[in-house]
Amino acid sequence: MTPSEAMAITIVAPGLLTTVQDTGRWGHQHYGVSVSGAMDVVSLHGANRLVGNPLTAAALEVTLVGPTLRFERDTRIAVCGAAFDLRLGDHQVSLDTLIHAGSGQMLTFGRRMSGARAYLAAAGGIDLTPVLGSRSTHIPSRMGGLEGRALTAGDTLTLGAAHGAPVRPTPDAKWKRRPVVGGARVRVLPGAHHDWFDADVGEQLRQTRYTVSPVSDRMGYRLAGDPLVPRRDRQILSQALPIGALQVPPSGGIIVAMADRQTSGGYPRIATVISADIPRLGQLAPGDWLEFEPCDRPTAREALSRLARECAGRGA
Amino acid sequence: MTGEERSNWTMEHDGDSAVVVSFEPRIDPVISGRCVAIADAVRTARLVGVRDVVEGYATVTVHLDPVQVTTKGVAESIRQIVDAAPAASAGEQRTTRETDLPVCYGGRHGPDLADVAAFGQCTEADVIRRHTEVTYRVYMLGFLPGFAYLGTVDARIAAPRRQTPRVKVLAGSVGIAGPQTGVYPSESPGGWQIIGRCPVRLCDWAQEPPFLLRAGDCVRFEPIDEVTYERLQAGRS
Repeated sequence: MTPSEAMAITIVAPGLLTTVQDTGRWGHQHYGVSVSGAMDVVSLHGANRLVGNPLTAAALEVTLVGPTLRFERDTRIAVCGAAFDLRLGDHQVSLDTLIHAGSGQMLTFGRRMSGARAYLAAAGGIDLTPVLGSRSTHIPSRMGGLEGRALTAGDTLTLGAAHGAPVRPTPDAKWKRRPVVGGARVRVLPGAHHDWFDADVGEQLRQTRYTVSPVSDRMGYRLAGDPLVPRRDRQILSQALPIGALQVPPSGGIIVAMADRQTSGGYPRIATVISADIPRLGQLAPGDWLEFEPCDRPTAREALSRLARECAGRGA
Repeated sequence: MTGEERSNWTMEHDGDSAVVVSFEPRIDPVISGRCVAIADAVRTARLVGVRDVVEGYATVTVHLDPVQVTTKGVAESIRQIVDAAPAASAGEQRTTRETDLPVCYGGRHGPDLADVAAFGQCTEADVIRRHTEVTYRVYMLGFLPGFAYLGTVDARIAAPRRQTPRVKVLAGSVGIAGPQTGVYPSESPGGWQIIGRCPVRLCDWAQEPPFLLRAGDCVRFEPIDEVTYERLQAGRS
């Protein structure tokens, strides 16, 4: 066994929900295969970039309560996204930096200060057999990742061969994302069935502060707040469901489609969160507030271009 | 969303990462045939930035990578493909695949068969006959990997979903939900009325693609007895 194939990371304590994720399983939605992938792709990219991985390499997505990991050999790692009190052995280590973990050292995710999901990338990427081209874990269909499930204590992970050079962020090039603390305001474009709703319902959507309910998960955020009432009281014929779609079931309680969403749905959709704001959406925790701000297409385009520029400039 | 009327279809932008071609919202084999043909053509065209092409009952959704392309940029290519695709009356271009699926109805395999018979005010044998007499069309896949939405169920046995969904429906279970029927490819929570179980794998990782059915296929159900079910179940590797 070559060193690159040897086990590299042991899960000592799994945290609330720690899964292997990459940029998602695209190209099979017409077979009913969900995309899954990182809820905050920008942070996944950031962590991969720091350790010199391709941006699409598989990493660990850590949720709300973080894990404790042990490194079985010297490993270059980076953590981006939600801010936790991170300890490598006895030493506090920082988010958004390259960390050299020595063989036998433990990394502990302590108290969470902001955001909901952190991404831990290790040089070489988490090496599991891809399923339909992706290592992302989709728990509802038990697909991908490690046996299609969340990691548990005692699991061991191997890493691929590290090729890229690690990136050392220079102080002026280091890009700090605005942390998500307590809630977020995200921009939306009209959804596939926005004309099923009266104008005052659209206004209601714009003016309401919603709360992410405790039953929210990687499939979707259920929002508490004034229910929206569609003008037409019927379901749509099932059709494909994009990420960020605001679905309105008969109860009127919005469900925002997230990474593990089903490939299609039968509820009308009033609006869709713009791509540039999906990563921030992915940093919301149950109990956080959420507001929607309508925007136009050029604004959505410009926001995404700016985000892509900022990501590319990170640590360059 | 900017709706664009065509003769009998519209094109809409759904957010900034999807373009949707919509036909009249009906469960109709001709409309579905048009959707399948367009989806095939868009996939074959391999347009830059297209990540997924997904048939609905009366829609084709093209998912884009918005960093690479804009919905507006891809819309024109899709419009040309839709205009060039065969007319509704011509149906699909590719050969329709036919699949026969054996089903052991009732008993432990079909706990809701009696309820469906009660809904249809008929015998369980009538339900089985009516369920197996129809050649179904795969309108779309969704819900689970490899789960095919089949239509159209004989209206007399088109029982609505269960009031309370089951926490666990076994892989291979055959269900009815109104005009739709389908086979659960894997164990899952589910609300469909379960009338039987199919021993054929709908998802086989040794195959490429791993899924037995795709949109546009024809499916027939064939009743089998418990002994045959057990034999087929044991025979699959």
